[in-house]
Amino acid sequence: MPTNGAPTKITQGSQTKGGIGESTLRPDGTLKVTGEFAYSSDMWHEDMLWGQILRSTVAHAEIVSIDTSEALAMPGVYAIMTYDDLPTEVKNYGLEIQDTPVLAHGKVRHHGEPVAIVAADHPETARRAAAKIKVDYRELPVITDEASATAPDAILVHEGRDDHHSGHVPHPNIVHRQPIVRGNADEAAKRADVIVRGEYTFGMQDQAFLGPESGLAVPEEDGGVHLYVATQWLHSDLRQIAPVLGLPEEKVRMTLAGVGGAFGGREDLSMQIHACLLALRTGKPVKIVYNRFESFFGHVHRHPAKLYYEHGATRDGKLTHMKCKIVLDGGAYASASPAVVGNASSLSVGPYVIDDVDIEAVALYTNNPPCGAMRGFGAVQACFAYEAQMDKLAKELGMDPVELRQLNAMEQGTIMPTGQPVDSPAPVAELLRRVKAMPLPPERQWESSEGADVRQLPGGLSNTTHGEGVVRGVGYAVGIKNVGFSEGFDDYSTAKVRMEVVGGEPVATVHTAMAEVGQGGVTVHAQIARTELGVTQVTIHPADTQVGSAGSTSASRQTYVTGGAVKHTCELVREKVLELGRRKFGSYHPAWATAELLLEGGKVVTDGGEVLGDLADVLEGETVEIEAEWRHRPTEAFDLHTGQGNGHVQYSFAAHRAVVEVDTELGLVKVIELACAQDVGKALNPLSVVGQIQGGTTQGLGVAVMEEIIVDPKTAKVRNPSFTDYLIPTILDTPTIPVDVLELADDHAPYGLRGIGEAPTLSSTPAVLAAIRNATGLELSRTPVRPEHLTGTA
Amino acid sequence: MRVNFTVNGRPQEADDVWEGESLLYVLRERMGLPGSKNACEQGECGSCTVRLDGVPVCSCLVAAGQVEGRDVVTVEGLADFAKQRAESGCATGACGTTLQDAQQWRAKGTDSQTGEGGELSPIQQAFIDAGAVQCGFCTPGLLVASDELLERNPNPTDADIREALSGNLCRCTGYEKIMDAVRLAAARQSEAV
Repeated sequence: MPTNGAPTKITQGSQTKGGIGESTLRPDGTLKVTGEFAYSSDMWHEDMLWGQILRSTVAHAEIVSIDTSEALAMPGVYAIMTYDDLPTEVKNYGLEIQDTPVLAHGKVRHHGEPVAIVAADHPETARRAAAKIKVDYRELPVITDEASATAPDAILVHEGRDDHHSGHVPHPNIVHRQPIVRGNADEAAKRADVIVRGEYTFGMQDQAFLGPESGLAVPEEDGGVHLYVATQWLHSDLRQIAPVLGLPEEKVRMTLAGVGGAFGGREDLSMQIHACLLALRTGKPVKIVYNRFESFFGHVHRHPAKLYYEHGATRDGKLTHMKCKIVLDGGAYASASPAVVGNASSLSVGPYVIDDVDIEAVALYTNNPPCGAMRGFGAVQACFAYEAQMDKLAKELGMDPVELRQLNAMEQGTIMPTGQPVDSPAPVAELLRRVKAMPLPPERQWESSEGADVRQLPGGLSNTTHGEGVVRGVGYAVGIKNVGFSEGFDDYSTAKVRMEVVGGEPVATVHTAMAEVGQGGVTVHAQIARTELGVTQVTIHPADTQVGSAGSTSASRQTYVTGGAVKHTCELVREKVLELGRRKFGSYHPAWATAELLLEGGKVVTDGGEVLGDLADVLEGETVEIEAEWRHRPTEAFDLHTGQGNGHVQYSFAAHRAVVEVDTELGLVKVIELACAQDVGKALNPLSVVGQIQGGTTQGLGVAVMEEIIVDPKTAKVRNPSFTDYLIPTILDTPTIPVDVLELADDHAPYGLRGIGEAPTLSSTPAVLAAIRNATGLELSRTPVRPEHLTGTA
Repeated sequence: MRVNFTVNGRPQEADDVWEGESLLYVLRERMGLPGSKNACEQGECGSCTVRLDGVPVCSCLVAAGQVEGRDVVTVEGLADFAKQRAESGCATGACGTTLQDAQQWRAKGTDSQTGEGGELSPIQQAFIDAGAVQCGFCTPGLLVASDELLERNPNPTDADIREALSGNLCRCTGYEKIMDAVRLAAARQSEAV
């Protein structure tokens, strides 16, 4: 078993500068600080038109008529398209279930659904033309929650479902249901000395990436189209776009434009098909850029959830059983809901040992905004609830909440509720120990010789308190997230690697279709190539569909899977290069034939360190290029009735300690510090690892105290689609985030690494909630916490 | 309408500007300067921050017509702006920039293909070195705001930094590395004195 801090054995590459384990700097850093990095919204083409989408103003309605005549007559308008103008029989798209209309067909199912698209020569002309399109709606009652969705006479959000989940769900307004039953929870409950129950509510969170949905579609001479776009997965987009356009996939070329953050919100299509349709219709390049208002309607959100939990424990704190029901609101279209259900159910127990469980997770079809992927993906909502339960249980037992967690913490060898053994390190108790051992921030930091520094108090520069009514609280949480695509998905990636001599120097070029969304995959790919090929110069080719799929930049998977593909392909290239060297120079030194050979610092060396030759000489006049796919261990589907199956690839763990100060009179919260300890397996780039952990932690903080899309329960309309009304943490809202990184190798993963991007988003939120509970003594069963929940005026 | 103004030290003339266009739109779509970003276009995120006669503003909230005869510095001109400031005898950067200074300098072009030809300003280098750049969409606005902070206050406390950058949203970093970058730039600036 790997020991604390022991890196995976590396022979190849340990001598090459800029390889894995170093905090090398981003290759795109200079372009990003000079303003020259070309994001999708920066694309420009001579003669280009601007596209605009007309979206529904109501949530659920039949479309009686659409009149585009006045809009079409406006000078500067080149084209307007509705459902009737779609070129083929394929008029829907979707990640797993093709239930999402490209343009509304006789009916809209949520507020902000695309109804018509316009192309014009100025964005304002396009906007005004869209506003002149007359749509006559006949409104229908709205489905907004579990009760209205599953009522016997409920209107069906989707009539005549025939997708692969429709056969096993208890109601057509349920997208997917996943039960997990293991042991006998009812029987085990009899052993419990204490039972705690809770009903929890998780609000709808937005990814709020800063770069708006945008791209440029350029028609090509062969009748195809070239799309420059910000996305998380080029090949998934391609698979959904081409059939709607009626084009073979090779006539839809896609290049990744600069991506201004993603966090799950770019897994689904947004403007891709619309821009291509308008470009093909007008014969001109078409650019579409959402503004922030539209962005809130243009991508799926994190599922809001209701969670019902029951935990039992013996007097000494050992968990006896857990029962839960998790109801996720999937909104009007399926998006990633089925997979979110799989995650929520399979991770609903948290990082704890409980043998007897009775679990059920469902996602609903409603007329609320569609929900799908967001960082943490189903595990976030569950973690919020089970960690609240742990605190409740600790209080009931009179135990320290960290001790209770440690007592029940899973470890390597624990069997998950799905029956899957955890076969790599699971240092749950250790992460809690570490985060608890960090020094606490001093009390009353706001005090200074000149009085209170309001910037460090709840309410901040609003100057609402100088310390009166302010109380401090500390809270802990820990979580478990799966890494990679689960449930039997063929989750592969592809890399093409070339080695050649340029200007007398050996150079490697790495070409993948991986979407760099800010996470630093491009940095890591260059590091892997340096380590595996012993060169310092690595060129990262722009991501496009001229190379095989890299899979999605999501599920914390890219360093593992595309990193794994780059590593694997580099190994194949290295073998070829060594063969070449043996052929060219083998006769000069016997070690070419007998020794194990490595590529280090631009040279071929023996494992004993003897230099046999320069890579530049080996590669002179030659190019070695290989494209190869790579797969992690296969997974299995969860049984539809029992939830049993080896469904996940790898697990990822983080723990948080939150320190908050609460102005109890006004209900304002200041998070003072949010410390995190996380096991990363192997930090390929320590600087980026810490950056990911701090960023994920802050998104968790956001949904603890401020972030929520408010949907009117009577109309299902979104009430706060702007950064004025949907608040994300500013630098004043964000505390210091000390990070303790643990590196326990997972022997199944490349370099022993563990996917890291999501785990810190899980435990951050419940840690903040626990700290607020600790400060105020309130129960607080929903997140985000708003002032009225703290002042009793809700 | 026609708008005459100075961008990064160069006189510019924008024709056929519609009265409703923002300075941000003119910079991005008419001047070929997309470095100022369009994350919210409602003055909440700060990604479009530029200096207007030395004052940091959200260029999305400035009507293009309002900049007639005025001076704009964008992220594209930041390096030369900082260099000119240093050469004008103000190594700490704490002397501010007079309008006259702002009008007398001129950004050197960089090669748009390679990025070569341009040196980075201290704050730009610090953002790269500290790991403050992830997706980078907030970066241009934060650079302009941070540079202005360090010009005013070469030794800011953490609370000063947070206050000065509170109008700039970042969704990737959790701000810790941005704090590091500003501290690093301040430290390097004071070492250089």
